[in-house]
Amino acid sequence: MGKPTAASQRAFQSWGRYPKSTPERIIAVRDRMNLPKLGKDDSTVLAYGQGRSYGDVCLNNGATLLGTSALDRFIDFNKDTGLLRAEAGTTLSDVLSQTIPQGWFLPVSPGTKFVSLGGAIANDIHGKNHHVAGTFGRHVSRFELVRSSGEKLVCSPKENSELFNATIAGLGLTGLITWIELQMKPIESDQIDVITTRFRSLDEFLALSAEANKESPYVVAWIDGLRSEGRGLLMQGDHAPAGPDASLPSFEADQKARISTPFDAPGWLLNPVSIRAFNAAYFRKQTTNIKRDRVHYNPYFYPLDAIRDWNRGYGKRGLLQYQCVVPFDDSNVTVQELLSRIAESGAGSFLAVIKMFGDIPSPGMMSFPRPGITLALDFANKGEKTIQLFHSLDAIVRQAGGAVYPAKDACMSAESFRAYFPRWEEFSIYIDPAFSSSFWRRVTS
Amino acid sequence: MSTVLIIGATSAIAHETSRKFASEGADLLLVARNGAKLQANADDLTARGAYGIRTFILDANDFARHSELLDAVRSAFPDGLNYALVAYGTLPDQAEVAADAAAAADAFTTNATSVIALLTHLAGLFEEQKHGAIAVISSVAGDRGRPSNYVYGAAKGAVSLFTQGLRARMAKHNVSVTTIKPGFVDTPMTAEVPKNPLFADPSDVGVRIHKAMKKGQDIVYVPAFWRGVMGVIRAIPERIFKRLDL
Ligand SMILES: Cc1cc2nc3c(=O)[nH]c(=O)nc-3n(C[C@H](O)[C@H](O)[C@H](O)COP(=O)(O)OP(=O)(O)OC[C@H]3O[C@@H](n4cnc5c(N)ncnc54)[C@H](O)[C@@H]3O)c2cc1C
Ligand SMILES: NC(=O)c1ccc[n+]([C@@H]2O[C@H](COP(=O)([O-])OP(=O)(O)OC[C@H]3O[C@@H](n4cnc5c(N)ncnc54)[C@H](OP(=O)(O)O)[C@@H]3O)[C@@H](O)[C@H]2O)c1
Repeated sequence: MGKPTAASQRAFQSWGRYPKSTPERIIAVRDRMNLPKLGKDDSTVLAYGQGRSYGDVCLNNGATLLGTSALDRFIDFNKDTGLLRAEAGTTLSDVLSQTIPQGWFLPVSPGTKFVSLGGAIANDIHGKNHHVAGTFGRHVSRFELVRSSGEKLVCSPKENSELFNATIAGLGLTGLITWIELQMKPIESDQIDVITTRFRSLDEFLALSAEANKESPYVVAWIDGLRSEGRGLLMQGDHAPAGPDASLPSFEADQKARISTPFDAPGWLLNPVSIRAFNAAYFRKQTTNIKRDRVHYNPYFYPLDAIRDWNRGYGKRGLLQYQCVVPFDDSNVTVQELLSRIAESGAGSFLAVIKMFGDIPSPGMMSFPRPGITLALDFANKGEKTIQLFHSLDAIVRQAGGAVYPAKDACMSAESFRAYFPRWEEFSIYIDPAFSSSFWRRVTS
Repeated sequence: MSTVLIIGATSAIAHETSRKFASEGADLLLVARNGAKLQANADDLTARGAYGIRTFILDANDFARHSELLDAVRSAFPDGLNYALVAYGTLPDQAEVAADAAAAADAFTTNATSVIALLTHLAGLFEEQKHGAIAVISSVAGDRGRPSNYVYGAAKGAVSLFTQGLRARMAKHNVSVTTIKPGFVDTPMTAEVPKNPLFADPSDVGVRIHKAMKKGQDIVYVPAFWRGVMGVIRAIPERIFKRLDL
């Protein structure tokens, strides 16, 4: 791809569609053995995966993006050990379609399967099983990193270990990842057993969650982001065993979304009244306090993937997500403060998720997850008003000694970033001189 | 289990088609000129469920080795070949081929003459076995000569006409011949062409080709709207068309 047209530039935005970005060049990387030159004298480069990051970690405004979607070959998959080697642009969806029928699942999975392996490393993603499995980077045994000098380095905990630790959660800044090796986890069926429990306060959530973390590998809760008391539903799950009622591992061939949002929905669709109605209905949908279900892994892990391009439902201005983690000490007070601040602002949030992270460390020196409570909320982008709300939330999170997730961020100040990621200076030695991103320029300016 | 021959297996479109066959557990023989790229694609297809993968390295313009390829096909698939796809091609720089006769002839050799030669070999094999499906990637560019790419267009037009005749010949032998006519596809071939919304995704094109081969269709435009577009373009009278800068 030479000079991008307006149409192709539009395709290379982030999930929240804010900030808008105009890459000067887009280079498609297609052949891991014959790579284009990375970085020209006057312009920086950045790998772009599937653009499922909400803010600007995957953007390089005015400079070059390396499109990786055609770097999607499997290199090897060992059906007996579950060790997978694939090119970095391969999506988790593609991985699952090959490994599920053989009885292997992702060791860590985010809330959408439309992310690339490279993106999963660069943000060191986490899933509902963080308390037992840690982050994605923990399950990566090796990858190849290509630097602008032309060097190709295989990185693992033993070889080039410093670059290994810097590249996991390295926000794409240490070079181009061409392939990765990942240890998958064995499953007996494609079904998930889920227990859903209703809670009416934050304290109740904390108690339930601590219990659930001991019992189940997957635990996450939905919380009503419009009300400050913290009512919601806690969902704990585990892979169902093989047996008469659990079907054999299979993969739903139809990966295409059934519903899609091809046009930008008018922003007023997501007004406080409609969100309030949705949240109340969601909470009441469940009529008993505890409910048990057996569901296919798709609706369990990736409920939003059924609606393609749902981000467009937020209209042209897009959406902003706020995801933070606050340490366990006083976490109930801090989360309460955050919820009150949001309720007070009147900026409704539809999808609010809360989870207790565990204490398994990641190799990534810039990794976001740390012991504590993580809270993630989506907001329609109302411009300055929403950004001001985020800055006031940042003040609370910083006070508590927490952090905000770069993969979801478009707003944090340089000052907040340094407080959240105290190892940023140590990290910056490993940045490839030809690589940069809109995010990095923002948080280091 | 079906047996499949892909000539030009490192093409982005061909690889997507191969993936569809691999996911059904097919046994594939892949042919391309670049061994390292070919091996990377072969590994991918193995992990994606192919029953067997064999590779054969060939520059399509090496006419002397075409019969060697046919021998390899026969020995790889003693029980017969179900599907053959001829996919390779080059998009020459029109300014260069407009000025340089040797370059024009080369482009024609790669995109037309070598394809016709290979298809002639394959026709013999399919005629003998009396079953199977052949598909060839031509292009919408072959539907009418345009100033912007008439050398490429002429070669693709030759392939379209050749396959039309071959289709009628093979119909009597229970063998289908499919002429694939893609519009713009986002692949290395069009890396330097500015992208517009008409560009199709190679994976969608691959899925369509696989389906067309299974059904033994005759002429397939991909995506389908190109049939209408090319109908209109072909209908423009020559005296007007020659003044258009297409
Ligand atoms: C609906 C939804 C749910 C989500 N749920 C979760 C969740 O539960 N947990 C979680 O952790 N995240 C979650 N995310 C965020 C998402 O998982 C991350 O943003 C992920 O990194 C996106 O991957 P991507 O392939 O789209 O990469 P992009 O967003 O395109 O890029 C992300 C980063 O990876 C870098 N990168 C990409 N490819 C390469 C490469 N080959 N080499 C070097 N660097 C590379 C980019 O430069 C950039 O810094 C969610 C996102 C959405 C839209
Ligand atoms: N992309 C489009 O917009 C478009 C539109 C209409 C039709 N088509 C046709 O679609 C087919 C596939 O092209 P593509 O789009 O998938 O592009 P591509 O990925 O660039 O594939 C072209 C392939 O042809 C191979 N090739 C070229 N010359 C060869 C030779 N002499 N011997 C053997 N192999 C040779 C190349 O091999 P190397 O990898 O070794 O270079 C490459 O694998 C072509 O016939 C093309 O004309 C494409």
